[in-house]
Amino acid sequence: MVNKPEATRDAYGRALLALGQLRSEVVVLDADLSKSTKTAGFAAKYPERFFNVGIAEADLIGTACGLTLSGLKPFASTFAIFATGRAYDQIRNSVAYPRLPVVIAATHAGLTVGPDGGSHQSLEDIALMRVLPNMQVWVPADGEEAYQMVIEAATETGPVYIRLGRQVVPHVTPADYKFEKGRAQVFGPSGDVTIIACGVMVAEALRAAEELRQAGLSVQVVNMSSIKPLDTEVLEAAASHSRLIVTVEEHFVAGGLGSACVEYLSTLRSRPQVGMLGVEDRFGQSGHPDELLDLYGLRASNIVAAVKRSLDS
Amino acid sequence: MNTVLLRNKAQEMRRLIMEGIAEAGSGHPGGSLSLVEIMSYLYFYQAQLHETDPLWPERDRIILSKGHAAPALYAALAAKGYMPHEEMLTLRKLGSRLQGHPDMRKLPGVEMSTGSLGQGLSVANGLALGLRLQNKANKVYVVLGDGELQEGQVWEAAMTAAHHRLTNLMAVVDYNGLQIDGFTGEVKRLEPLAEKWQAFGWQTVTVDGHSFADLYRGFNVERDDRPLVVIAKTIKGKGVQYMENVADWHGKAPSKAQAQEYIEGIGGDVRG
Repeated sequence: MVNKPEATRDAYGRALLALGQLRSEVVVLDADLSKSTKTAGFAAKYPERFFNVGIAEADLIGTACGLTLSGLKPFASTFAIFATGRAYDQIRNSVAYPRLPVVIAATHAGLTVGPDGGSHQSLEDIALMRVLPNMQVWVPADGEEAYQMVIEAATETGPVYIRLGRQVVPHVTPADYKFEKGRAQVFGPSGDVTIIACGVMVAEALRAAEELRQAGLSVQVVNMSSIKPLDTEVLEAAASHSRLIVTVEEHFVAGGLGSACVEYLSTLRSRPQVGMLGVEDRFGQSGHPDELLDLYGLRASNIVAAVKRSLDS
Repeated sequence: MNTVLLRNKAQEMRRLIMEGIAEAGSGHPGGSLSLVEIMSYLYFYQAQLHETDPLWPERDRIILSKGHAAPALYAALAAKGYMPHEEMLTLRKLGSRLQGHPDMRKLPGVEMSTGSLGQGLSVANGLALGLRLQNKANKVYVVLGDGELQEGQVWEAAMTAAHHRLTNLMAVVDYNGLQIDGFTGEVKRLEPLAEKWQAFGWQTVTVDGHSFADLYRGFNVERDDRPLVVIAKTIKGKGVQYMENVADWHGKAPSKAQAQEYIEGIGGDVRG
């Protein structure tokens, strides 16, 4: 258990090294970004099990598919924008359709890529991946959860998309936490308000909850790290106990975590008011990650304001 | 090599293709028929396959990258005895294992789900890399269309195969010269094709894709440390006179009467 701030991509690199030793069937692929995606450590230690296909994302995914057909367990890495955008058809038709056990570990997701700008800030990858049958979508909140997810993904018999970040994020995972797909991580008892977050927004949600509690509200935070399969039990509980549910994500509001939650909540007979925070219908831009989270309204203060506004209205 | 057997199997496959597509009322006869000798050669001579078990672990793998030629693949599997001949009549129908494009999860013997063009060579590379890493001797064969070579991913994969010196990989291009919108030379020319592959680091052999002796020469050329591509010159719609070299028969089904006429013309029953 690592309980210090860490980028989820670094945790991925650590987990790959562990898997290298644990599981001889694990192989790793990259598309010329191994230093950034943190697959370079595995490449140095297990060079014969590492394949760099160069700047060729479609080929990256296809090669990973072929490796599964030989009985191996590939982890394919590049930036989220290239994995899910550039190679979408390969993921759809060569990975998801035949249900091949490729793990797509995509780094540099979201606004927190920072200075690289809007061309590199993937804000649609959750949406693109979760609509594909057979595909699972996991988004870790911190290094520890990312590590556990990667270890877990090695045992999966179908495709998994893991969304990783570039930026160091605070440690939020409790000491006894064990990641399970389809099982959200719940912070605190159910209350008036449930904040459902994923990825880097979990830490912001926890800060917002603290502030709201000081203002006299009872607030539960849900880390919905398994977006697909979704933890519908937690959603049902939130729907029956809370007056307000707010979803928060470093992703377009359209199609992401919030949409996944709302799709399920809309099937319930009664449900509370729901607010959805995320990036509205616009691309990202260059800037420091902190500046971008401020500018795009993805801070604890924005969550607090959204909760108060909703409850007052 | 028993060329009589290969020729008989090719004939059997042509009948199955015609009857299956006619019954389905849709499908791709032209690029299926051009492949028949190549498939017959691979399935009945070149590849190491089990007589009855399509999932035999020691088998060589054949990936059909040009997935729209699924009828040629199904016909080969039927001719091999991996599926009943009658099943060909379920092609493209609801609940069938014979999907419009090959689905590996439905039919044993289909090594990879394909259909979106340009993806098979990358998959074949991964398979060849994985087999080599595990010290397995199985070979990987991948069947590419010529029109498909207009997809960029093919050339990404061509570089990968050459970089890794995948000598356990052999590609064959069904070079029938036609694609949906017309001649490849007019839509977007492929020539000089052998030189392109050579420039990408491949060993090339150009053969007559309807001659078993020539296919043998192509696949059994003396190898160096490069992957091999056999450029097989073929005739789209081969064997059905009015379909030969006519782009319109790329994705149009013959009528049942036309299929029957063809089968009677070659003197046989589809299940014979």
